[in-house]
Amino acid sequence: MDVKDIIKKENFVYGKSKVLTDNPMHYCPGCTHGVVHKVLAEVIEELDIQDKTIGVSPVGCAVLAYNYLDIDWHEAAHGRAPALASAINRLYPDKFVFTYQGDGDLASIGAAEIMHACNRGEKQLTIFINNAIYGMTGGQMAPTTLEGMKTATSPYGRNVALHGYPLQITELIAQLPGTCYVTRQSAHTPGAVRKLKQAMLKAVKNTLERKGTSFIEVVATCNSGWKQSPVDSNKWMVENMFPKYPLGDMKDI
Amino acid sequence: MADYMLMKGNEAIAEAAIRCGCDGYFGYPITPQSEILETLALRKPWEETGMVVLQAESEIASINMVYAGAGCGKKVMTSSSSPGISLKQEGITYIAGAELPCLIVNVVRGGPGLGTIQPAQSDYFQAVKGGGHGDYRLIVLAPASVQEMYDFVDLGFELAFKYRNPAMILSDGVIGQMMEKVKVGEYKKRLTDQEIVERYGSWATTGKTPNRQRNIITSLDLDANRQEQFNLKLQRKYREIEENETRFELINCDDADYILVAYGSSSRICQKAVDLCREKGIKVGLLRPITLFPFPTKAIQSFVGKVKGFLTVEMSAGQMVEDVRLAVNGQCRVEHFGHMGGVIPSPNEVVKALEDNFIKG
Repeated sequence: MDVKDIIKKENFVYGKSKVLTDNPMHYCPGCTHGVVHKVLAEVIEELDIQDKTIGVSPVGCAVLAYNYLDIDWHEAAHGRAPALASAINRLYPDKFVFTYQGDGDLASIGAAEIMHACNRGEKQLTIFINNAIYGMTGGQMAPTTLEGMKTATSPYGRNVALHGYPLQITELIAQLPGTCYVTRQSAHTPGAVRKLKQAMLKAVKNTLERKGTSFIEVVATCNSGWKQSPVDSNKWMVENMFPKYPLGDMKDI
Repeated sequence: MADYMLMKGNEAIAEAAIRCGCDGYFGYPITPQSEILETLALRKPWEETGMVVLQAESEIASINMVYAGAGCGKKVMTSSSSPGISLKQEGITYIAGAELPCLIVNVVRGGPGLGTIQPAQSDYFQAVKGGGHGDYRLIVLAPASVQEMYDFVDLGFELAFKYRNPAMILSDGVIGQMMEKVKVGEYKKRLTDQEIVERYGSWATTGKTPNRQRNIITSLDLDANRQEQFNLKLQRKYREIEENETRFELINCDDADYILVAYGSSSRICQKAVDLCREKGIKVGLLRPITLFPFPTKAIQSFVGKVKGFLTVEMSAGQMVEDVRLAVNGQCRVEHFGHMGGVIPSPNEVVKALEDNFIKG
């Protein structure tokens, strides 16, 4: 059998989702964003909801997310994505609306918007990428930066007496009666990616069924901001981030 | 037969929104405009027309809801008063930068800061010169009656959609709170989702169907040359608006030696002042800008050489007076009279200011 006989569409076990565009991603090599984009695109394709999906992108590294998923998008002001999504899901109750936000966008400047959207039980999904740093602006301290962690604005390490504590905002959100599904996932191993996809499927279905607000935190790496190789970043994340931000479902109604 | 209702200016905004087919209102309480949200909550238009009404967690959230609603082709609005409008500037500049239609109502109160809850016109600069960051303009309508509060909701939406530009009703605590008889219009049907796709599908985020490219609502372009070209396009749009949409009213200006220039509640006070002056034998007219952007520059210029002076009357330290001076470009005297901080000028004070500035001494 010739190799050309094997390379046939029916023999493919994996392919790029049609919902992903061909644009080269601007994310750093090793960044988690690309994997999460891929998982979301696959779920949108599998549920056949490309024509009813409206994404809201943040200010931060994912500001250009609209270049990579072939769906309609709104680019929000910093932190305001949950407010935008609230209006869209109310004006178009039959659409699927999600926000995609980083830790600075969601847990700092947008803390009010995310808490109130979740508290209203807005029929939308939030994907929250927590890599404990501001990536886009060059590695500054985020609300989720770990104690002692060095960043451009905490060069001697996060001092809780000076800077306050790392914010476990997902734990707070799980307390709100408006949320129906709150989970913390990661994407650093094939197994973790498969679990993330299952969580994504559940969250999107919840939203389509208008059960309440679904919220997926993805504990992520920022190897450029952390000044580590991608492999070392994954190791550092497991050893340092997971104890503070443990994986698993916090709420599943 | 026309329907007439007795209502407050703020209530007229709410009634007009429901009747003109507005899809969504997103607001936050602040004096002296809370009756807009209160009236909508009481009227329950979601049962009547399907209009969405939502009290947001802040002014910032509410304008960002408007940003999103406008981006998906819906007819959406918000309202607030001065301190709240300052908070909304973030969203307003994004809406202008993304070229989206929406309506913003500012029932102005005295400032700066928390200021007062009494009426003022001290947000003129903020409304007509941009307000937020970047080179942009709003279409600014200045109602002088409760009837105009009602009428300008529909007009504001019409202009906003015509130019894909945010429109603002710049009112004040007097017009918002006073009650007058209003002729209300027939109900206009809200557009269906299918009609929105047909009309605005080229840009609105209605869901990407196989027959079109994805629509992206953004004001971001990191390429400097493209960003400049976009800014030039905005400027061309603003020139077109100036050419086509300038609105103003002239009262007793034909034989006038002096012209009062005033908008909103100040223009109502000036109408009385014109009568008082005429009784005294002073030939005074009133030029009332109805659109503050575009400003009636040419109308003001047309009186150069015919009148001895202009007096602007504003409840501010003198903001619109700068645009009147720009219009006449040093060829005629322009003076300002006003009160600040919530104090309302009386017609007699206006007459005295005119006499002191132009006639005595």
